[in-house]
Formats: sequence, C-alpha cells, structure tokens
Amino acid sequence: MTDEEESAREDWRLAETLPAQEDSEGASPQTRRGQRRHASGRHPSSGSKPRRKVSVVGVIGELLVTAGVLVLLFLGWQTWWQSAVLNAQQNSAAAEQSKKFLEHAKDAPKPTPTPVATPDGTKTVDYGPPPVMKAPGPAQPFAVIYVPRFGADWKRTIRETVDVESVLNSYNAGVGHYPNTAMPGDVGNFAIAAHDTGYGNTFLDVSKLQVGDAIYIQTKDGYYTYRFRNMEYVTPSAVQVLYSVPQVKDAQPGDRYITMTTCNPPYHAQERIAAFGVLESWQPLSAGPPKEIAAEVGGS
Amino acid sequence: MYGALWRLLPGPVWLRILLLVVLAAVVLYCLVTWVFPWVDSLLQSNEEGTVAV
Repeated sequence: MTDEEESAREDWRLAETLPAQEDSEGASPQTRRGQRRHASGRHPSSGSKPRRKVSVVGVIGELLVTAGVLVLLFLGWQTWWQSAVLNAQQNSAAAEQSKKFLEHAKDAPKPTPTPVATPDGTKTVDYGPPPVMKAPGPAQPFAVIYVPRFGADWKRTIRETVDVESVLNSYNAGVGHYPNTAMPGDVGNFAIAAHDTGYGNTFLDVSKLQVGDAIYIQTKDGYYTYRFRNMEYVTPSAVQVLYSVPQVKDAQPGDRYITMTTCNPPYHAQERIAAFGVLESWQPLSAGPPKEIAAEVGGS
Repeated sequence: MYGALWRLLPGPVWLRILLLVVLAAVVLYCLVTWVFPWVDSLLQSNEEGTVAV
C-alpha cells in the first residue's frame, strides 16, 4: 500500500465516522480540522465536507430545555435579583421624597405646642388636631412611611391608588393608598397596600409586627405616629378591612386608624394580612422627626 | 442546534468557550434588561377585593 493510498483510505474512513465524532464533545478540534481539510481537499466531487444529520426531535428537545432554563432564570430574577434592586431603589426614592417634604416646609411657620403631662409623669407636647391633606391625583406621592420593625433604614414612598404598575411595582414607590379611604391623620381608616414578596419585598415583615410597634407617616405637614394594634388573616374578598372602622360596616368612626394590607403566605396570594393601628400623635415637620426615625429622615 | 453553534464558532477550544461565555453574558443582559421586565408586565393580575400583592 503506498502512502497516498493509505491516506486516501484513512480519509474515507474519517469522513464516514465524522458525524458520529461531532456528536461527542470529546473530539479534539485538531483531528476535526485535519479531517475537514482532507475531506474537502481530496474529495471535491463527493459534496465537500460531510453534513451532520439534524434530527427534528433533537432540536425540539434542545428548544424545550432552553425554554425550561429561561423560565427558571426568570423566576430567579423575579424572586431575588429584581426584588433586591427594587428594595434599594424604593428606599432611596423614599429618602428623596422625605427631603423634598423637608425642603418645602423649611419656611413654614413654627406652631407653638401646648405642654401636657402624661400619666407616667413625663412631659410631652401637643400640637392640636392633626392636619389632614387632600388626596392627590392617581399615582402622586404624598407620604413616606417608616416602620422600624421592618429594619432601621426601611422606608417607602406612599402614592395615591393601589395601581399595580404605577405604584406597587414602581421602582420609586412601593406602597399604595386605597382611594376613598382616609388620609393620614384623618378620622377614619388610612388604608395602604404593598407587596409582601417581590418588587422590593415591601410588606414582607408585616406579620412580624408586635403590639405597640410604631408606624411613622411623614407628609408635607408633619409626622404622624401610629401604633400597631392587631392583625387579621383574611380572604382576598374581605374588603371590610378597609371600612372607616375596620371590619364594621357603616360605623361612624371616632378614631384615626391605619390599615396595612398585603398578601399571604409569602410567594403566594391566597390570603391577605390586614394589620391595624391607631394614631397616637402628630408633630409638624418643623418640630423635627420622632426620635426613633431621626437618623433616617432626610438621610439615605 | 447547540452542536451547530459550537461548529460555527472559530478558533481552538479555549476561544470557543470564551466566545460562548461572552454570548451567554450578552443574552443574559438582554433578558434582564428587556425581556424579563416585559414578561413581568404581562403577568400582572388584579383581582377583586383587597389588592393582590
């Protein structure tokens, strides 16, 4: 057998086994390149390099696997990545909003408080009945909420309406105010909503609230201090938690309530948590923030 | 499909792997920047009652 004959034979054999080899990832590219050169160089008439058979089932399989990976990626993105990003963005947006309130109130006249003695002997001041603002237009920001129980630096902007797209999912809001419920400081029920998981995990920790926990609402007028009182697990259709007196139909409110609603359990939406609180006090912006959130207000 | 992609890429193995990593990064970037937010906006549902959040 001459060298040329042997080489040609080898070529033929390689060409025949090529498709199988290309299937395995272990095939060295060196060999493959050699095969290709041989194949195209020596057998120009036999249709150049051998073609790999593409199986329809194989391609469908690869597409399905790809689709599965994409869905998993999407879920991972939605659960962790996007939530973490939104959490940070909503927090800093709330800080911005708070700064704006303080900026606008800079030149406001300072009201004189009346000193009052509390039962436990400490002195406190009273600024009279809390001012009540008018509800702004849809998706307009009007307040910043601070709940130390959710984290020392936790804060969110509250916007009018509970529209999912423009308020609850927004990178610079997160908390929505149910239209036609009371405004902060008003007699009646100031009802707000936010996501529990996803989109910044805004109200994820509502179930961790303890009786007496402070819920601070900052508006252009002042700081409203609400105290958490109780919570209930209800069905999604239980809109009575939004009544002027929560859970009581057609009652005449005499108190200033706050109601926070969110989904339950985490990552699901079969139930709602409604957390209720009552207004304890208010103070104008010029009087400075309540001690517990002093470090956060106007900061980042 | 992916076999064809592998054969389409030029160069030795290390270069192909590098190119694949770059391609994957580009695809991931596009997904996170445009595709996922878009899909997310399609999945919104708002039931009756207290808002589904």
